Amino acid sequence: MKPRLAQKIAFAFLLLATLLVVLPVLVILLIIVAKGASAISWDFLFSMPRDGMTAGGIFPAILGTLYLVIGAIIFAVPLGVMAAVYLVEYSSDNWLSRLVKLSIVNLAGVPSVVYGLFGLGIFVTFFRFGASILSGSLTLGIMILPVIITSSREALESVPRHFRTVSLSLGASRWQTIRHSVLPHALPGILTGMILGLGRAAGETAPILFTVAAFYLPRLPQSVFDQTMALPYHLYVISTQVPGIAENVRYGTALVLLSLVLLLNLAAILIRSRFRRKKKW
Amino acid sequence: MRVRKLKEWLIEKSILLSGIFSVVFVVLIFLFLLREGLSLFRGESVIDFIFGKSWYPISDPPRFGILPLILGSLLVTLGAAAISVPIGIAAALYIAEVAPLRLREALKAGIELLAAIPSVVIGFIGLITLGPWIKNLFNIPTGLTALTGSVTLAFMAMPTIVSIAEDAITAVPRQYREAAIAMGATKWQTTWRIVARAARPGMLAAVMLGIGRVIGETMAVMMVTGNAAIIPTSFLQPVRTLTATIAAEMGESVQGGPHYAALFAIGIVLFVITFLINGVADLYLHRSRR
Amino acid sequence: MVDPAAKFSIRAFHVHYGQFSALRDLNLEILANEIFTVIGPANSGKTTFLHSLNRLIDLVPVSRCRGEISLDGIDIRRGLEIEVLRRKVGIVFALPLPLPISIFENVVYGLRMQGIRDPRRLNEAVERSLRESYLWEEVKDRLRTPAMNLSGGQQQRLCMARILAGQPDVLLFDEPTSGLDPISTARIEETLLILKKKYTIVLVTNNVAQAARVGDRTAFFLMGDMIEVSDTGKMFTTPADQRTSDYITGKFG
Repeated sequence: MKPRLAQKIAFAFLLLATLLVVLPVLVILLIIVAKGASAISWDFLFSMPRDGMTAGGIFPAILGTLYLVIGAIIFAVPLGVMAAVYLVEYSSDNWLSRLVKLSIVNLAGVPSVVYGLFGLGIFVTFFRFGASILSGSLTLGIMILPVIITSSREALESVPRHFRTVSLSLGASRWQTIRHSVLPHALPGILTGMILGLGRAAGETAPILFTVAAFYLPRLPQSVFDQTMALPYHLYVISTQVPGIAENVRYGTALVLLSLVLLLNLAAILIRSRFRRKKKW
Repeated sequence: MRVRKLKEWLIEKSILLSGIFSVVFVVLIFLFLLREGLSLFRGESVIDFIFGKSWYPISDPPRFGILPLILGSLLVTLGAAAISVPIGIAAALYIAEVAPLRLREALKAGIELLAAIPSVVIGFIGLITLGPWIKNLFNIPTGLTALTGSVTLAFMAMPTIVSIAEDAITAVPRQYREAAIAMGATKWQTTWRIVARAARPGMLAAVMLGIGRVIGETMAVMMVTGNAAIIPTSFLQPVRTLTATIAAEMGESVQGGPHYAALFAIGIVLFVITFLINGVADLYLHRSRR
Repeated sequence: MVDPAAKFSIRAFHVHYGQFSALRDLNLEILANEIFTVIGPANSGKTTFLHSLNRLIDLVPVSRCRGEISLDGIDIRRGLEIEVLRRKVGIVFALPLPLPISIFENVVYGLRMQGIRDPRRLNEAVERSLRESYLWEEVKDRLRTPAMNLSGGQQQRLCMARILAGQPDVLLFDEPTSGLDPISTARIEETLLILKKKYTIVLVTNNVAQAARVGDRTAFFLMGDMIEVSDTGKMFTTPADQRTSDYITGKFG
């Protein structure tokens, strides 16, 4: 076969493969929007479920997911950013920093359901927080820690070395240098990681199954020691556990969850590209 | 001045502590899995647990053999790998080597979006569209089969495989390509014989991380594989994976009882498998960066 | 033993980077209010020497120093806090490296790190140091604009103002005009000649003519050894060592 022809055929196959990856994404989005949009209304978003969840809204699930995600971020962001600062600014290439990096890789690879088991073992049982927003948030927080550390690390590493040298040469201490000449310039990258972490935490089901999620609650949670409903678990419940729920309600719930997660990711992508264009060094 | 020194000392110590926390969490996860799971092996041998052919956790006496679950996970994972590895690598080659710049950025954003879709949403779509379709296509009693699981999971592995393989391909030094082109190779010959070969360790890591993601995936697989804890003989029958078993049964188990311990013991197995896969993949990634 | 006029006195000073010996057995005095220039080819140890004077050398993880450097008779490793040393001994780098903040904030960066907040003091310091570096007239109306918008020569003078704001004793210059055009270079050199009335200046340069123009005394470094130090006029007319002669006449470099 002529090399030119071979190239044409080969590239056509590569393109086909790429379409096989990307097109289903569009198809999934289209199906969910097309079949779910009719369910979306003020009432659907902001009222309690009624009649065994076959009618009414999904407000408690939306609110619960917001609580969980905020709790996870409050826990994971300070810890993750400080861990990244440790890796980039303080550690040299020794056994400890290698061990920390290996641990982060492994935390990122632990299956989400194992996080659920861990949360059940440590927060629900050992610390006696019970199945609660606190337990669920902490479990999700540990799960998104690698996302936050990794993106914060990249953000810190992208700040040029000479900012640190200049700051130190002007008589700033090490921490002042980080605080005033490194962290402010890494902030957009850290923010991106935080939003990606938010999106991840909002969509996960397995870690909250045994640590917080409730099948159905007649009232909203009153404290961090209460259980709560959550969007992803609610979608699981109404699509597999409860018969007789209208199809557009299922799709509508999926649409709300998907919009929440994709909007967060879109925000992260926008911040990142804006930041890349703006930076001058 | 004194106060500031003290404040900075405290901050620097807490930064060091935060760094160490990642290690602590990995150790804690393992310890708590052991703490809750090891009690199973007072009444059960490890061999019977891993190679036992029947999983009847609530019969009397209960049987805790996870071989059907291991084979279920293995079958679904192999199927997903067979679909996602060739497609994922090909897509990575296209994005990195062939696509024009604008298209490349759009495609990468598309892949990121795919990675962001929650697994329960993918499971929902698989359950409600793919399942019935497979049922009709093969004319079988249920569409919730190992094959359905494999196809669904292939999509979840794809973003990992594509983005990491794409990084590895992009990292191949430009001189390799220029040398090949200068010697009269076509772009495709260069891509296939030179670039793909040079990026091999990174691609291998991409495949392993993709598989790691598939083995650990829980919600989607639980929703579309039909959940029958029997030793599978074909792709067209329902299976149950390790992860789905934990997620589906934890709610019914009695805390501290043997069933509860057995589910944690499955967690130990999963933890060890993914730990190994991620560790080895990380080694390959470092090799490809060098 | 110690010359009372000596700002820095350096005794048996060595620097190693891992196995590599970057500076060997340096004995030297730098006098108050002189411009002390250091010349030498690449890898001669002249930047290592300069960075030793305010301990920026500590930022290189594999570096080890032996011997003693004292500033006004005080050992800079044992007798001074590192932040205080670096305020007393300011440095201007080869490339203009303003921080990506406003002109004003660049100048007061060091003061803010000392905890000085009083706006009157900060304003005064900005005007004084920008006047000293001959930048005031050009930027006084746009102090709050980003420092990155200045030209290269202006940025380099901003970097001078930035260290002058902290009222240092010694100014270190690491090839400060290597990235600048001849006119900007001339302005920096003029400024150096005025600044030496108030400050002690150590200037590392790979431009031999520049050393001849502004230096009071000059040292020639080669591969980690100081070959020769003498009055600048003497070094450029009758160098004591053949290698010095070869270098300044351009036989190698």
